[in-house]
Amino acid sequence: MADPGILGSTLPAADAVRERLSGPHGPRPKRALSGTNIMLYGTLLIVAMYYLLPLYVMLVTSVKGMPEIRLGNVFSPPMEITFQPWVKAWAEACTGINCDGLSRGFWNSVRILIPSVILSIAIASVNGYALSMWKFRGSELFFTILILGAFIPYQVMLYPIVIMLREAGLYGSLTGLVLVHVVFGMPINTLLFRNYFAAIPSELFKAARVDGAGFWGIYFRIVMPMSLPIFVVALIIQVTGIWNDFLFGVTYISSPERYPMTVQLNNIVNSVQGVKEYNVNMAATLLTGLVPLVIYFASGRLFVRGIAAGAVKG
Amino acid sequence: MALVQNGARAESAATRAKPPIRLFRNLMPKIASIPMIFTALVVFVGGTIWTIVYSFTSSGLLPRLDWAGLQQYERLWETRRWIVSIQNLAIYGICSLVLTLLLGFVLAALLDRKIRFEDAFRTIFLYPFALSFIVTGLIWQWILNPEFGIQGIVRGLGWESFNFDPLYNADIVMYGLLIAGLWQGTGLIMCIMLAGLRGIDEDIWKATRIDGIPTWKTYVFVIIPMMRPVFVTSVVLIASGIVKLYDLVVAMTAGGPGIASEVPAKYVMNNMFGGQNMGQGFAASTMMLLSVVIILVPWAYLEFGGRKRG
Repeated sequence: MADPGILGSTLPAADAVRERLSGPHGPRPKRALSGTNIMLYGTLLIVAMYYLLPLYVMLVTSVKGMPEIRLGNVFSPPMEITFQPWVKAWAEACTGINCDGLSRGFWNSVRILIPSVILSIAIASVNGYALSMWKFRGSELFFTILILGAFIPYQVMLYPIVIMLREAGLYGSLTGLVLVHVVFGMPINTLLFRNYFAAIPSELFKAARVDGAGFWGIYFRIVMPMSLPIFVVALIIQVTGIWNDFLFGVTYISSPERYPMTVQLNNIVNSVQGVKEYNVNMAATLLTGLVPLVIYFASGRLFVRGIAAGAVKG
Repeated sequence: MALVQNGARAESAATRAKPPIRLFRNLMPKIASIPMIFTALVVFVGGTIWTIVYSFTSSGLLPRLDWAGLQQYERLWETRRWIVSIQNLAIYGICSLVLTLLLGFVLAALLDRKIRFEDAFRTIFLYPFALSFIVTGLIWQWILNPEFGIQGIVRGLGWESFNFDPLYNADIVMYGLLIAGLWQGTGLIMCIMLAGLRGIDEDIWKATRIDGIPTWKTYVFVIIPMMRPVFVTSVVLIASGIVKLYDLVVAMTAGGPGIASEVPAKYVMNNMFGGQNMGQGFAASTMMLLSVVIILVPWAYLEFGGRKRG
């Protein structure tokens, strides 16, 4: 019913961000210290404070001792820096009967992340390749359904997938969760690859065909080596998306021992038993946020491009 | 004559026998697309139809295929928890939509004024978007802690009767969630808006300056109407994110105090996986789907309608 080309056009932002962030436009300010400029930078600085404050609060809380926290407030700088909360969050914090800290969740997340990312990028890139260069009857229809599927609330499909995984004997296992991530990462990444590959000149494709290259030959020898940037963008989308996932982890993992890091973090911090150790909680929160933060600060503009495209995934 | 016709028919049958082979022509792309076809047809279409069908049954502990008509929906709309969920989502949704668009645009406009350190500011405004809702929720839960957080600080400064405890006050709990949600989500919209602003021709600015139109008027009457597609994309992004609101609530308030911050997605999860009340979960998720369709159809209509007319 819908032309996916038009649907694809909902994402001009992806390319637009890349192209247009290249240099400032807009009117030129007149003097360096005019009233407008002071207003401008003042506003920006205040807003920047609002955005940075939580990071600061997390950091200072995580290096204070509990007595100090009870005396002061969330913003007061630490008088005595201690790394005990970090050690405790990583190796000793309890969820249920397990008291080996967030490290368990961290390694679970890593074990979910690596196969999910590899598999989903492999499948999505081949999809995009087939959709842009090897169109067949119905391929556009499947693609349209796939993109519309990205807008369906996850809750609608959660239980049918439980049944499918149970039938396959994978419900509750890490493998099952990996497959779920592959499925739900597919729409946005397929779109990303399809749009990117569509820009590759068809002469290249034809020349390779004449020289006798087949489906996989063209993919591995021509398309893939030409498209490294888009693979990096997809990598960023998938790593942050899968690492930050909570819903699928809590739905498709049946035993607390195998929970991914976000789920375990929530269980540690929001546990009702025992005394609340705010410093340990904040250290744990920061630890969980560290992976996407590192990716964000390391990847710079590629991240902007990735999220502008990945935003559809919500 | 008849013979010739027969012969022709036989021949055309032979050529017609070829089409099945079409399926096998270029077989590789089709084989490679099997995961995509499976996902699209079985998981997305199949799963959605399955849930809709089972929302009309009386499934309780396990899904059962016994027709119950609209019984689940009647029960759903009689449940206070669901009504509260809808109201909460409406409050959160409207505020979030308006404020995200407003803040996103204002920030983008400020960054577009040829300022210094633009990259640094943009990096700062966008970094929360890299964090998960769980992390976001837990940070703000701590900052909004009535004893040590903002309320405690203001009281400590001498204003003893100051009250700001959104996470423990049923009347304003949704606004507490909103503060965290805005912190996490505005950076993305700012980035999209900034890209939109950069796409506007420099000549427009020159023309309005020659005509002596004040900057704010230029923004309101010239730039914003020109950025209509960017706004539409942003609204679709924000709206589809709002419907999915779940993790943030779980991390920050767990639906509390009482049921004051329940949301539809959480209602579905509780009934499906906690309350063993499958039918309710299916009916509620079908309502969520319906709301997305209501958001998407006008948008798709505008997009396609516009294309065809233009």
